[in-house]
Amino acid sequence: MRAEDILVPTPAGVCCKRGGFTIDPTRPVEKALITHGHSDHARAGHGAVLATQETLDIMRLRYGENFAGTTQAIRYGEELKLGGVAVSFHPAGHVLGSAQIKVACEGFVIVASGDYKDVPDPTCTPFEPIQCDVFITEATFGLPVFRHHDAKGEIDKLLRSVALFPERAHLVGAYSLGKAQRIIAMLREAGHDQPVYLHGAMEKITRYYESRGIDLGQLELVRGAKKSELAGHITICPPTAMGDLWSRRFPDPVFAFASGWMRVRARARQRGVTLPLVISDHADWDGLTSTIAATGASEVWVTHGQEDALVHWCVSQGLKARPLDIVGYGDEEEHEITSDDGDVPLPPRSGGEGLGVGGSLHSREDRPPTPDPSPPLAPLVEGGEKK
Amino acid sequence: MNRFAELLDRLAYEPGRNAKLRLISDYLRHTPDPDRGWALAALTGALSFKHAKGGMIRTLIAERTDPALFALSYDYVGDLSETVALMWPTPQAQRVPLPPCSGGKGLGVGGAIRSHEDRPPDPSPPFATRTGGGEQKAPTLTEVVETLSTLGKAQLPAQIARWLDALDETARWALLKLVTGGMRIGVSARLAKTAAAALGDKDPDELEVLWPGLTPPYLDLFAWLEGRGDKPSNTDPAPFHPPMLAHAIEERDFETLDARDFVAEWKWDGIRVQAVAGRDAEGHIVARLYSRTGEDISRSFPDLLESLRLPAAIDGELLIMRDSRVQSFNVLQQRLNRKAVTPKLMQEFPAHLRAYDLLAEGDHDLRGHPFEERRARLAKFVEKLDDSRIDLSPLVHFKSWPELTAARADPASAGADQDAEAVEGVMIKRRDASYVPGRPKGPWWKWKRDPMIVDAVLMYAQRGHGKRSSYYSDYTFGVWNDADQLVPVGKAYFGFTDEELLEIDRFVRRNTVDRFGPVREVTHDADKGLVLEVAFEGLQRSTRHKSGIAMRFPRINRLRWDKPPREADRLETLEKMLGKFENVRT
Repeated sequence: MRAEDILVPTPAGVCCKRGGFTIDPTRPVEKALITHGHSDHARAGHGAVLATQETLDIMRLRYGENFAGTTQAIRYGEELKLGGVAVSFHPAGHVLGSAQIKVACEGFVIVASGDYKDVPDPTCTPFEPIQCDVFITEATFGLPVFRHHDAKGEIDKLLRSVALFPERAHLVGAYSLGKAQRIIAMLREAGHDQPVYLHGAMEKITRYYESRGIDLGQLELVRGAKKSELAGHITICPPTAMGDLWSRRFPDPVFAFASGWMRVRARARQRGVTLPLVISDHADWDGLTSTIAATGASEVWVTHGQEDALVHWCVSQGLKARPLDIVGYGDEEEHEITSDDGDVPLPPRSGGEGLGVGGSLHSREDRPPTPDPSPPLAPLVEGGEKK
Repeated sequence: MNRFAELLDRLAYEPGRNAKLRLISDYLRHTPDPDRGWALAALTGALSFKHAKGGMIRTLIAERTDPALFALSYDYVGDLSETVALMWPTPQAQRVPLPPCSGGKGLGVGGAIRSHEDRPPDPSPPFATRTGGGEQKAPTLTEVVETLSTLGKAQLPAQIARWLDALDETARWALLKLVTGGMRIGVSARLAKTAAAALGDKDPDELEVLWPGLTPPYLDLFAWLEGRGDKPSNTDPAPFHPPMLAHAIEERDFETLDARDFVAEWKWDGIRVQAVAGRDAEGHIVARLYSRTGEDISRSFPDLLESLRLPAAIDGELLIMRDSRVQSFNVLQQRLNRKAVTPKLMQEFPAHLRAYDLLAEGDHDLRGHPFEERRARLAKFVEKLDDSRIDLSPLVHFKSWPELTAARADPASAGADQDAEAVEGVMIKRRDASYVPGRPKGPWWKWKRDPMIVDAVLMYAQRGHGKRSSYYSDYTFGVWNDADQLVPVGKAYFGFTDEELLEIDRFVRRNTVDRFGPVREVTHDADKGLVLEVAFEGLQRSTRHKSGIAMRFPRINRLRWDKPPREADRLETLEKMLGKFENVRT
């Protein structure tokens, strides 16, 4: 039995011929297994989708009721036979419902880990390393300069800044699925009991987290809040909203951004961030390398990110390793929707952007200037290409 | 060290002056002596360590990391100190291997979704600890500074490595910035002193006067600022005197001013300095050169210091003089940009002081005397000094404002002769004005020459920082070349009003043709685009710009919505302006 007899990397995702499925396909397929709800991994328009209940719920929230032909939920640890292979889902610690997918056939085991992190997160089930022969890993932060350190320290830094500048608003850019809720939960763990304000694009997902029993304390919407009311408070918004007209409603805002990218100064500066917070939902370099070691895998496939360095490291450890060159995985942010009115983008108003500060502006920041017609099958899927 | 590191980290990102002041004051208020004193010394540039260089840091990291991984990382990060700080393999970062896999190869079927609550208690923690008890204790800033100042070169690498082992990513970055001397966090010495003065609600100028007499870690200074001790006395024989500054004069101001009450002199295009000499306790002359903000810049101009042989305080302009001709600011800048002051540099760019005012002579403080009287004493003093490096700035003779207007329009015919191109306007001073620190309104006026102006086309716009981060407020503009293409000639981010900023922002958002991160390219062809009237103070050749030309002090003067881009200026116009400059100079 060889790895390629079970799973074959294709440009559209990792494909299992025997089982007739593709993992996290980047284009519509018959049967898809989805690791988690970020839109670069979970796309609409597949025939059948197998995923955790949370991932299915999140896809439904984002894409609407008819995001796939049929769906089936699977629990962590549950095993299903698909064709001649056994499939099971295991916690990936990335966002709520995120999973690694274990594919086994005649004693040969491959784990496709999707996106994962090996550090605590109060909003999702902790990552578990799975023993395997081939480990398929991401490498978003696959360079030894990415050391995320202690996220608690970053939350403390944010709270100290709020205390030092009580007359200013603190805007925290965070991906709307996962990061936003993790930041709020960590603020609560740190004892912050003030209301936290939300950009409209985060509302639905955040309410969903709450419905799954995650306590996020008092939450308010920015929409409708007075300018003075936002001073001294923390507002969570999609990263792109910070450079947007939307941010003009805040009193002298401090721009924070919670991301593993903030580790590198040039990246933080390029985005005009004044308070970078190194908080990531991906494994850092130490996390990637210690996880690979813990799986006992003798072969590593790297899906996306800084593949070169991680492949080099694996080879130096005596492991077989190869990059997969799958186009379409990467920064969740590329797919973020930043309308303040909820998750569904509104059609652009006539004349594009207005300059008014109040009201419901539809932001088209960092998107093509002309409205792009939505494809009929997958109404809300962005193209897979990097811009 | 960690708190200092956090301060540097925040300062490096914070664009706002007031926020920077708050951050520094807050740090100084909550950090004990002597750490805060060393921090203030670091921020004011009063610390320097001889041995720590980039090469040593590179060797340290090469001994500890895979060269291929280092190369990939350095390439990605782009800054040596930062790369080393981030990838330094510390004992703490070596994670405990993850526990044996719970999944196993034949994992059982049918586990429920596990939330935290129903997760079985696990005897071994699921996560490896990263901050687990390393034996290394993080050094304090004081330990770092004191050790560095006594340690020999041979022991330095091992000591730095021990510290790097004990610190986290941000503190390692701060340590490396501190020891290699390249802080670059956008904090001037003046800003740091202003933040310190705020601890005791003192005027920063008061602190500036004391400063040369103070030494790190400034225990007496903090005691005074916190009301626990007397004001430190500046026993420096060559102290700084807070300077007097002028307001820009406007058309309507002349109506209320009587020309007979004023004298005028050229405003030279150099750097305003204060040259002070005094005698120490042994009777030896101590000479210092200060910038306008009180920074001691003596080290950069040893050639001029030699000429300060008599006790006095002169307010004047630092210039480069060749064959008794004042050189342009471009030439002066070439000297300012060099780190090492070599004999060759001093010979090629001889420093010169053109004196405007005399603040003290011997033990006499003259600041309370009328300008006319100070000026007379200055003339005598310069004559007595009899040094080719120091001369008196000539007066501009006029009897009425129209006469002065004519002189300003044509300095060459009004006495500036061959130095006319180095004149950037006139200063108008009341005859009876005493020398008052700060910028009092009335006694001194500056009247700069009219700027040069071109019409250029907006090509790219970038989002600003801080309050401007949702506005496209940094503009790259270009003019037409021979091939009828627009070439960028400069960048400007001020000069416009708030309303104009909104208008340009709206234009940028509606006429974007491409994006590069925070930068947008906007429509700029012959018929469609935005013409900006750009004002600037001078031109120089530049290898950094595609056009080969760089502007000095460019700003947006006016928006020319009425003008089609095809009618904007051409590169040859700028070439002609530059040529005029160069011909006059050489």
